[in-house]
Amino acid sequence: MGKIEWAMWANEQALASGLIYLTGGIVGVAGQFRGWQFAAFGVAAGVFVCLLEYPRSKRSKGTSVGRTGQYCFTVVVKAFGPLTRNYYVRAFIHAALCVPGGFMLATVLGCVCLGIASIIYLVAAIRGEHWEPILPRKPAQKPNVGSINKPPQNPPPRPPPETRRKRVEDLEGAAYDNAINVTADE
Amino acid sequence: MANWIINTGLTAFILIVWMGINTFLFVWFYLFYDLGDRFFYTRHLLGSALAWARAPAAVLNFNCMLILLPVCRNLLSLLRGSFVCCGRSMRKQLDKNLSFHKLVAYMIALMTAVHMIAHLLNVEWYNNSRRGVYDKLSTALSNLEDTNSTTYLNPIRTTDVDAQQTPSYLVFTTIAGLTGVIITLALILIITSSMEVIRRSYFEVFWYTHHLFIIFFAGLVFHGAGRIVRGQVTTDPPHNFTLCKDRSDEWGKIPECPIPQFAGGFPQTWMWVIGPMVLYLCERLLRFIRYMQTVKYRKIVMRPSKVLELQLVKNGFKMEVGQYVFLNCPVISQLEWHPFTMTSAPEEDFLSIHIRSAGDWTDKLISIMQQLPEGAQGPKMGVDGPFGTASEDVFDYEVAMLVGAGIGVTPFASILKSIWYKFKDSNPKLRTRKIYFYWLCRETHAFEWFVDLLQVLEREMEERGMADFLTYKLFLTGWDQSHTDYEGANFDKDTDVVTGLRQKTNYGRPVWDKEFEQVRKENPTSVVGTFLCGPEALAKVLEKKCAKYSDVDPRKTKFYFNKENF
Repeated sequence: MGKIEWAMWANEQALASGLIYLTGGIVGVAGQFRGWQFAAFGVAAGVFVCLLEYPRSKRSKGTSVGRTGQYCFTVVVKAFGPLTRNYYVRAFIHAALCVPGGFMLATVLGCVCLGIASIIYLVAAIRGEHWEPILPRKPAQKPNVGSINKPPQNPPPRPPPETRRKRVEDLEGAAYDNAINVTADE
Repeated sequence: MANWIINTGLTAFILIVWMGINTFLFVWFYLFYDLGDRFFYTRHLLGSALAWARAPAAVLNFNCMLILLPVCRNLLSLLRGSFVCCGRSMRKQLDKNLSFHKLVAYMIALMTAVHMIAHLLNVEWYNNSRRGVYDKLSTALSNLEDTNSTTYLNPIRTTDVDAQQTPSYLVFTTIAGLTGVIITLALILIITSSMEVIRRSYFEVFWYTHHLFIIFFAGLVFHGAGRIVRGQVTTDPPHNFTLCKDRSDEWGKIPECPIPQFAGGFPQTWMWVIGPMVLYLCERLLRFIRYMQTVKYRKIVMRPSKVLELQLVKNGFKMEVGQYVFLNCPVISQLEWHPFTMTSAPEEDFLSIHIRSAGDWTDKLISIMQQLPEGAQGPKMGVDGPFGTASEDVFDYEVAMLVGAGIGVTPFASILKSIWYKFKDSNPKLRTRKIYFYWLCRETHAFEWFVDLLQVLEREMEERGMADFLTYKLFLTGWDQSHTDYEGANFDKDTDVVTGLRQKTNYGRPVWDKEFEQVRKENPTSVVGTFLCGPEALAKVLEKKCAKYSDVDPRKTKFYFNKENF
């Protein structure tokens, strides 16, 4: 499992956890459960986690496919700089957010799932991974070779005319070494 | 529309039947719990949340039974073999086993969500009833205890625990609650590690996490053992709830209203899932037995561009064209089995695979083989298979269009070799009269071994005067200026400058409309089978073209699309 980027799985897990936390919170609030305040916190935390985790990170190796419409989220997440780039911070945030969920049944599953996501992010951070935004590629600069309609100004390099003239009387002496190395087409 | 029916009708039918059964189960059990007399008192405490919890449970039972079946690949192979009489369409459905597995998994996830939400409500309302928040009847019902002469209805028995924590306390001290949380957690982990992104790039994570299904099924079987959903049982004299519901003070004191008795339902989940669990166990056992069988190396060849060719010999191993095997090399990894299409023909007495460097496992295998001394045997290898895919059907079609993209060209190596052998032996099983082969790749790098094969076939077909039996077209999609310059300078040569084959290499992607037109023109009355081994995007394109160029008229050309996928 040498090449795995744990952050990719942590990201999927965290996004799922956010949704579960949110759902549990909605049920707790809508059903007016005991401890609905914790459920309300679950709703807010769930939304926050979903927004944070929606933009996928760019992979260090291989092609990265972003989620649909993630560009605006990428811009926002990128704006927080090292807070969102560093996975230790994320692991800590998720761990902190998940704790209140444990105080009420409706949010307990969200709490455990988010806790697991936090652990996977910790593993990712220890292995040195970090979040990179997926930005649209700028079109490649066309190399400026100049117009092909302009003919070359200088003649190609040739040895001086005296050596070029065919010397019939002395064919041996007429042979010369090329100034530039000539190799056969590979 | 008619073309759509020919090509996807049976799939649609199966999906409709499956959804029909799901809907029926949901509605039936919803009404059973929402209208049944037995649950009158239970419903008084819980309302319709009881039915909303039990209906998805029934759908879950059904789908958990189904989910193990599509991944019993040996069972599917067996079914395929026995369907030989039932026509292509039936057997083609077995190709889509993984799609069905995923669909059933989505349904399980959805129903788990509904089931869980309904039970969250149930537990909260049980808690409220127990604390006397609701009406007199609810409190009376909740007070019933489990003693010699009474049985309880409300599973929350103790009131000592803090009211806010009681639901969590109930969940973690009952079998149903504990198993429920554990298996839901297992399900969530399985789902997040099975996302396409994770599956395609980090297969090991997907595969190892997926084994949490063992925990899932173990928990599922015991989930109902606590019999926590309780209904009223008949007493002697009977307790008529219509009469007695408003007289809870007098229960047990008047003859018409004895204390109502309750009991939980018999757990049923195990009845649904035990069959597939046994089948899956047999499947894994079979894989293990296959793994223990000796596999000897006949030849190990390093091909150019980091492609490893292995020729293996296994006792009693029989294969068909285009089938694949799973390889396991304990030296590299104990648990991982990886699929590879075989490139040998059934007429040969060995099986060969061409393995390309594509990840951890393949890289390690190639490096182990590279360090072996000449003529030595390789590391122990387990071979499971062969498993059938669509290419088994290729000889049934009069005309076959074979499209191989990149590494997807591998099954066609087996097919072309087999065709060659069958032709030499004048095998009557060969119904194929004409083959069109389209090979798409970015560069022929890593496929030089396939070019060699084509050269051999080309030569032999010329010798027999069968030059138009096989029409093949190569498309290099990764061309650049230097290619065209070189081509331009050598256009009048007989053989292609890149591959050395007689057919010229085309540059860029094929124009499928033109190709299908040509096939249709040259074969006006045939049934044409189109086989693809390649990317999903191309599959969609070809599927559409097959539908577009097929004629409903049975006398005219019809295209059937078959796809391989790993």
